Parts: sequence; C-alpha cells; structure tokens
Amino acid sequence: MSQLHTVNKSPLDRNALESAIKHASKGNAVLMIEDGVYGAMKGTQKSGVVSDAMGDISFYVLGPDLKARGIDEGRIIDGIKVVDYSGFVALVAEHEATQSWL
Amino acid sequence: MSNIKKFLYVNRKAPYGTIYALESLEVVLIGAAFEQDVALAFLDDGVYQLAKGQDTTDVGMKNFSPTYKALGDYDVNKIYVEQESLDARGLTLDDLLPLTYEDEDDDWAEKDSIKVVSAAELAEIMDQSDVILSF
Repeated sequence: MSQLHTVNKSPLDRNALESAIKHASKGNAVLMIEDGVYGAMKGTQKSGVVSDAMGDISFYVLGPDLKARGIDEGRIIDGIKVVDYSGFVALVAEHEATQSWL
Repeated sequence: MSNIKKFLYVNRKAPYGTIYALESLEVVLIGAAFEQDVALAFLDDGVYQLAKGQDTTDVGMKNFSPTYKALGDYDVNKIYVEQESLDARGLTLDDLLPLTYEDEDDDWAEKDSIKVVSAAELAEIMDQSDVILSF
C-alpha cells in the first residue's frame, strides 16, 4: 500500500510532522499543507527531520500555502517538490489511502 | 494619567493556519484607541506573522500583514521579537517586515519599531507588564 500523509501543523509548534515521518513506510509520500509548510524550510531546528527521511519518503509542499506565508521557493529543502492544488488532487488519486496528521 | 497601564500582547501562533494572529491584531488596533501603554511580543511561531512577502492570492484569504505597518500610526511602536525564536526558524531581522514609527519627541524622525530581544529580556518585559493578553 502506498500511502499519502498530509501534515498541516508547524513542526516547531507540534510534533505532527515528526510523527508522520516516523510512522510512514518506505515509498510513502508526505505532503505539507497550511502551517505544515514551515516544515519544508531550510535552516530550521527541524529541517534535519525531513532531510534525514528523504531517501525513503518523497516530500511535497503546497505552493499557495508557501506563498501566503512569504516563504520563497529558494528556501525550501532540496528534494521537496512544490505542487499546486491540482497536484494535491493528483497525489490523493495516485495513492491508495490518505492519512491526515492533525 | 496614573491609570495608564502597561499592556503586553503576546503572539505565539503562525498566521493563516489559525485565527489567533488576525484576532490579536484586531484587538491591538481596538485597544490602541484607549491610550494605554501598549507593547507587542512575537515569539515561537508568532515570529512568522511578521514575515515579509506574504501573498495570499492563491489561498483565498485576506493578507493582513500590511496592517502591521499601520501600528506606528496608532502609537504602537514597541514591538519585541525574540532572538531565540528567529534562530530556531532560520530567520533574521531581514526576513521581517520593516515596521517604523515617527517619534514626536524627536522632530518626527522615522524610527524602527521592531526590537529583537533575548528570551531573558522578554521575561523581564513580561514581568513588568500590568496586563498580558495571549494569542
């Protein structure tokens, strides 16, 4: 089963991103949305959590939520793919199940 | 004049994901009409509220970040941002909106409203406040 995990909380405020990554199986995908997009930024206390898991999990971040928060795409951790709303829908359709980490 | 109290608004949430940031800003603007001694503190995820370059066109929400620039006109010019919170998020003062006010005691010279302070300094500011409103 290939699952999609969505995370909508800031990793510096809650442990949703860390928990999602810890419980994601190899080949799963993590999509950061809403305040979860702060987890995609380089140079934060939590950036290592994402870069360490990059080999086993594919990471995506929702572009409109980055833009709303003033986060330039140049400040995103290398390897994370930026998607728009139709990309979000495609990810949900491509995976067998979606799990929301609230 | 002796009934002027020192108000401190404590902001600890990121904008947009929850309503706290916008609500805080609205309360600050309403409170500014009562001529109290007002200060704002931004710490933890609250520092994200002041990020430059916010553009909410694609998410269909109101971008309220330009409103922070109006605070100076309401005599709200003590804006404390915690250094440790910026560091944890890989941010510097350059990533934040330039907030200024005109100092009436100094020939209306334009001055910076934001002061970056340590957690220890912020603790002192909190301790010296009469009323603290948390968001």
